[in-house]
Amino acid sequence: MREPTVRKQNIHNNHLKTRLIIFGTLAILLVVCSFFSEYLCPYDPYVQDLGNAKAAPSLAHLFGTDRYGRDMLSRVIAGSRTSIYSTLLLVGFITVFGTITGIVCAWNGGRLDSVLMRISDMFLAFPGLVFALAVAAVLGGGVQNAIIALAAISWPKYARVARSQTLAQKETVYIRAARLSGCSSAKLIIKHILPNIFGPVLVTAMLDIGTMMMELAGLSFLGLGAKPPTPEWGSMMSDTRNLLTTHPWVTLAPGFAIFVSVIIFNLLGDTVRDWLDPRNAR
Amino acid sequence: MDPILKVEHLTKTFSSRGREDYTAVDDVNFSLYPGEKLAVIGESGSGKTTVVNMVTRLLDCTSGRIILDGEDITNVRGKALREIYRKVQMVFQTPVESFDPRRTLGDGISESLVNHGMKKKEAMKEAVRLLKLCGLGDEFAKRYPHEVSGGQCQRAAIARALAIKPKVLILDEATSALDVTVQEEVLNLLTKIKEEMDISYLFICHDIALVQNFCDRVLVMYHGRIVEEGIPDEVIQHPKEEYTKNLIDSVL
Amino acid sequence: MAEIIRYEHVDISYNGRRVIHDCNFSADEGEILGIVGESGSGKSTLIKAAMGLLGTAGLVTRGDIWYKGKNLPDLSPKEMRKICGAQIGMIFQMAGSSFCPIRTVRDQLFEFVSEHEKTDRHEFEDRARDLLHKFRFEDPKRVLDSYPFELSGGMQQRVGIAAAMLLNPKILMADEPTSALDVSVQKQVVEEMLMIREKFGTTILLVTHNLGIIRAMTDSMLVLKEGETMEYGNTAQILADPQSAYTQKLLAAVPKLRR
Repeated sequence: MREPTVRKQNIHNNHLKTRLIIFGTLAILLVVCSFFSEYLCPYDPYVQDLGNAKAAPSLAHLFGTDRYGRDMLSRVIAGSRTSIYSTLLLVGFITVFGTITGIVCAWNGGRLDSVLMRISDMFLAFPGLVFALAVAAVLGGGVQNAIIALAAISWPKYARVARSQTLAQKETVYIRAARLSGCSSAKLIIKHILPNIFGPVLVTAMLDIGTMMMELAGLSFLGLGAKPPTPEWGSMMSDTRNLLTTHPWVTLAPGFAIFVSVIIFNLLGDTVRDWLDPRNAR
Repeated sequence: MDPILKVEHLTKTFSSRGREDYTAVDDVNFSLYPGEKLAVIGESGSGKTTVVNMVTRLLDCTSGRIILDGEDITNVRGKALREIYRKVQMVFQTPVESFDPRRTLGDGISESLVNHGMKKKEAMKEAVRLLKLCGLGDEFAKRYPHEVSGGQCQRAAIARALAIKPKVLILDEATSALDVTVQEEVLNLLTKIKEEMDISYLFICHDIALVQNFCDRVLVMYHGRIVEEGIPDEVIQHPKEEYTKNLIDSVL
Repeated sequence: MAEIIRYEHVDISYNGRRVIHDCNFSADEGEILGIVGESGSGKSTLIKAAMGLLGTAGLVTRGDIWYKGKNLPDLSPKEMRKICGAQIGMIFQMAGSSFCPIRTVRDQLFEFVSEHEKTDRHEFEDRARDLLHKFRFEDPKRVLDSYPFELSGGMQQRVGIAAAMLLNPKILMADEPTSALDVSVQKQVVEEMLMIREKFGTTILLVTHNLGIIRAMTDSMLVLKEGETMEYGNTAQILADPQSAYTQKLLAAVPKLRR
């Protein structure tokens, strides 16, 4: 009789929890920084010091100074207020608005559904940023108008996600069971549908934060967002782009800030998606 | 004795553009009497699930009448519709999927009590009592559907259906997804409940042997029609219809 | 009769959790072996292990599965692909969902055959029709012309079984082949599997929870409970005189039809 073969199993571990903690902490840190940006700036971001213009990075000015001698580090930190805050506001608004529209469409069906979904098709049919440009151009510059323009082109995506998820949930056995328990439509939506479609909607929103931040910065870069001297990453890059070859830090500092924040929010979004995936049983 | 549930000329036609109309249920008539265990047997596509969906008003019928406890419920809507769920309840084929995955079993069981006017705290107490009646400890009230086995979940589903003390309990393939040993336990539970409560069962099933052992009367459905009706022993030993005969011969 | 497959002291784990413990059995050429158990008993896992279908999380952590002098768990994926389909066929619970929905049955079966051996359309057509004919399909050409969704669930299952026999495998692994079917179709499928053994001499490992099917078609049976073997031996003997308490309980729980 021969001995049975023994094989060693490598147990797969995807460190989901660690990832969630790390990226969650980083994202929260960013948001907190942007909230308290006034207190974190080492210099006043608006004070010009022409004698010290275009200074290279040094201990006194970690990111150097721009052509008016304003401290770049302070301006990047102050800019986070506009960039991160506006992005979160924007994403929050379209998530709520899109989700409500989607649920209402899916639940009622019929003509209301057709009309609202055709409207969202219209918005989706335009190339996004071009449409946002047009809206921003009509409304004039300013962060507020850039947010309105981006919200107008982005809400249909959330309506679509919420609608398809609600349609799927509507047919489940537990919704039928809840109906038999005497739940009214309002109760079914609030107590059963909403918590069950929250995951996919949240993931869409998380993954959208990065994109929205880029688009907001893009609009500002094109001169349709924040107006100087308000520090905003996109407009800062635009302002200083002719200095890129001679004094690269002035352009790279806000660019780096955009890069890091977008990556952090995207990684957090990815992690949240994995975390909510039922296949990763916790 | 008056029937507790009476179905007259019930018909359901599904029509979609570009296709022929499909009649899933065709002129079905039957009565369920108080205290009776009535089985509806048939293969997939026979229309048995469509019938119960219409009886519970989860689906509108094309024509016919449904009379529950003397009241015509064919067209009731809104609040009046929610009221009929005091009298008729249903247990589904897939126990785990019949509970909201994000809420506890206790929440699910107490939901109908709360919806019909009981305080949340009392309803939870009642839920625990019902769980005990169905052979589950009080710790199950705090568990989520994916944390319990299929059999335990089906017991909880029965507890939920009984919460509002209905007069008719519809069991739509309620034991088909369960292992045989668990199926036996659930059937024993249903027998026990019947001794304690005044309740009628409408038992939808495809297992003819199970029907013979559990039910008082059986309806055989085929292509949306009821083709045979009678006492199970009688129907199985002396089937009148060719279809029924085939069905019985196919049992291994 | 020569032995064709043997499981020796098999342990199978998923992510470090053991689901099968010390499982031993063997099947001869032309034998039909039934593996019976309730949900979570690990019965499907046993045949998946032989086919290399345990996925990344599962592994045969101890023991051997011998087929023709080869130890199946230690084969490379490439060798495994050669054996799977050609020498060991598989039937799933829902054959319909293992078909691609947008191609005809003919195209899919042809692809499956040409993966394993040299064939041309003409030769394949003859062989496929001949086989479907043996399976008593009334119109083999129409079946081959159809898209999977045009066939009923029972037909899909029967086509799936016929497809598994195209390469004339030595062993057929069937995972709950009749559980999703109505009783009348179920009986037909059982008869077809018996016909396979009759005509091709194929060994069949049949996983099911249905004791009626075990009784109707198997020579020997293995009763599993939570990964442990409860009882293994001749089917007629076990059904007549079950030794383990669990088998007794299982048999008693099956509702019996009094004709």
